[in-house]
Amino acid sequence: MSTEFQNLFTRIQIHGPVYPGVPLPPGSWRAFKGSMKHLFGWIGDTQLGPIYLGFTGVMSLFCGFVAFEIIGLNMFAQVNWDLVQFIRQLPWLALEPPAPGYGLRIPPLQHGGWWLMAGFFLTTSVLLWWLRMYRRAKSLGLSQHTTWAFASAIWLFLVLGLIRPVLMGAWSEAVPFGIFPHLDWTAAFSLRYGNLFYNPFHALSIAFLYGSTLLFAMHAGTVLSTTRYGGDREVEQITDRGTASERMALFWRWTMGFNATIESIHRWAWWFAVLTTLTGGIGILLTGTVVDNWYLWAVKHGVAPAYPHSFPAVTDPAALPGAQP
Amino acid sequence: MSMLSFERRYRVRGGTLVGGDLFDFWIGPFYVGFFGVTTAFCAVTGTLLLIYGAALGPTWNLWQINVAPPDLKYGLGFAPMREGGIWQWVTILATGAFVSWALREVEICRKLGIGIHVPVAFGAAIVAYVTLEVVRPVLMGAWGHGFPYGIYSHLDWVSNVGYQYLHFHYNPAHMIAVSLFFTTTMALGLHSSLILSVSNPPRGEPVRGAEHENTFYRDAVGYSIGALGIHRLGYLISVNAALFSALCIVLSGPFWTKGWPEWWSWWLNIPVWK
Repeated sequence: MSTEFQNLFTRIQIHGPVYPGVPLPPGSWRAFKGSMKHLFGWIGDTQLGPIYLGFTGVMSLFCGFVAFEIIGLNMFAQVNWDLVQFIRQLPWLALEPPAPGYGLRIPPLQHGGWWLMAGFFLTTSVLLWWLRMYRRAKSLGLSQHTTWAFASAIWLFLVLGLIRPVLMGAWSEAVPFGIFPHLDWTAAFSLRYGNLFYNPFHALSIAFLYGSTLLFAMHAGTVLSTTRYGGDREVEQITDRGTASERMALFWRWTMGFNATIESIHRWAWWFAVLTTLTGGIGILLTGTVVDNWYLWAVKHGVAPAYPHSFPAVTDPAALPGAQP
Repeated sequence: MSMLSFERRYRVRGGTLVGGDLFDFWIGPFYVGFFGVTTAFCAVTGTLLLIYGAALGPTWNLWQINVAPPDLKYGLGFAPMREGGIWQWVTILATGAFVSWALREVEICRKLGIGIHVPVAFGAAIVAYVTLEVVRPVLMGAWGHGFPYGIYSHLDWVSNVGYQYLHFHYNPAHMIAVSLFFTTTMALGLHSSLILSVSNPPRGEPVRGAEHENTFYRDAVGYSIGALGIHRLGYLISVNAALFSALCIVLSGPFWTKGWPEWWSWWLNIPVWK
């Protein structure tokens, strides 16, 4: 029960030569030699680098840089290129999408055009990075689990910034770039559509988000608790069961009457993580396109009780004759 | 039947914290122990009380069943059973069940000769629950500040309490907690993907090991935290997600009563640029 027994930090680091990595197919090469970082060695591997650059990786970084610069320079311009005010107001600054009146047209640069361009480069960057992950796994002879898990996250990203705005017929539906502004968007979006807590896919997504965090705490705790028996060498434990994975299994069996295996816990984990963004994306996609008010939807389907009216009925100004979007 | 092929040799006596050998036995796959008895008592009694509370309510609709805390007028006193007393007893019993469960896990860890990381991490979740249902209500002077037991009623509580502070997303501890939840889920997706992709290689390829795991991440992002490191990292961020959740709600009310967007005015008013 002593503290070193819990193996939270590496106390003695052994620095060997840099490992260049398993051989790449002919014609491929890696950048930087790699070096040892003592600080990293406290909790993880000491070796930093080398890295594979490749065409998709470099193009992805370039597009990401362009998006970052468009967003940052637009914000900088909004404070009249005053560096102090830029830093001071940074959390509040935004690059907003076009007004609703522009629909899906390409607006002038100052009225959402920059936003559209930043979104284009950011999306291209993300998709190129997805391609890069696919190709890195393929060249090492690994399966594509990372690629498809990443695709689930990209699904939510695309629903928020591309698919739902297209279905709604206006770029104005998309999320602005900015720290507080994207939080404002989230709150306003929930209020506009009758409180997203009543959206069942939102509920599922949150359950998987919390479930993923719970699973990682359970899994990481289980592995750390058996590192003295080699529990962290998971692939070895999968292919040749040792006392570490036997103790892991028995811990949960004795605790809750059921246990995963050292391999199947990673399948549980994979699905929980993947379903977080998959169900989240479905929830966003249905909002405004199929369901206009999640509270009324929940009342209609017997999920939420009908609360008494506390305020007199109001008319949505946007529904009045002659209202301009 | 209820034992795995290798299980018998691990079923040894000892490791208990209290009770000696008295409760040192198994029922089916479950280890009992002194804290197994207290867990079962608290969980069964609390569940029956919740069912009683549901029976007193207007509906058996699973989504709408609600067992609410007492009215604010009862302050920190005991309320009549039908007016929040059930909620009070359920809270006491739930806390008892959670703590018992954690201590029973410690006994199992000791019996298996493994570290106590899992019960410690579970402790962070218990801290979050107790902060919501006991610490914050006590600091605010009424049990009525706890959240109700019900599927949609507790969501309503979260929504309402959030808007009491205008916009909860501006709560800095909430920002950190949400970021940790997202990061943990991403890290879990990446870790599970890596293990599955090396242990289930494409047809015709051999199972890969640590060299490929590390090379994949060094190729992709220039750094691989390693097989041991990823579990330390996952443990750290998942536990902190729970702890910062506890922090963000205990700040709201006892230590900050205005809207959270207003809290950030200190940043705008730093003397350097004011």
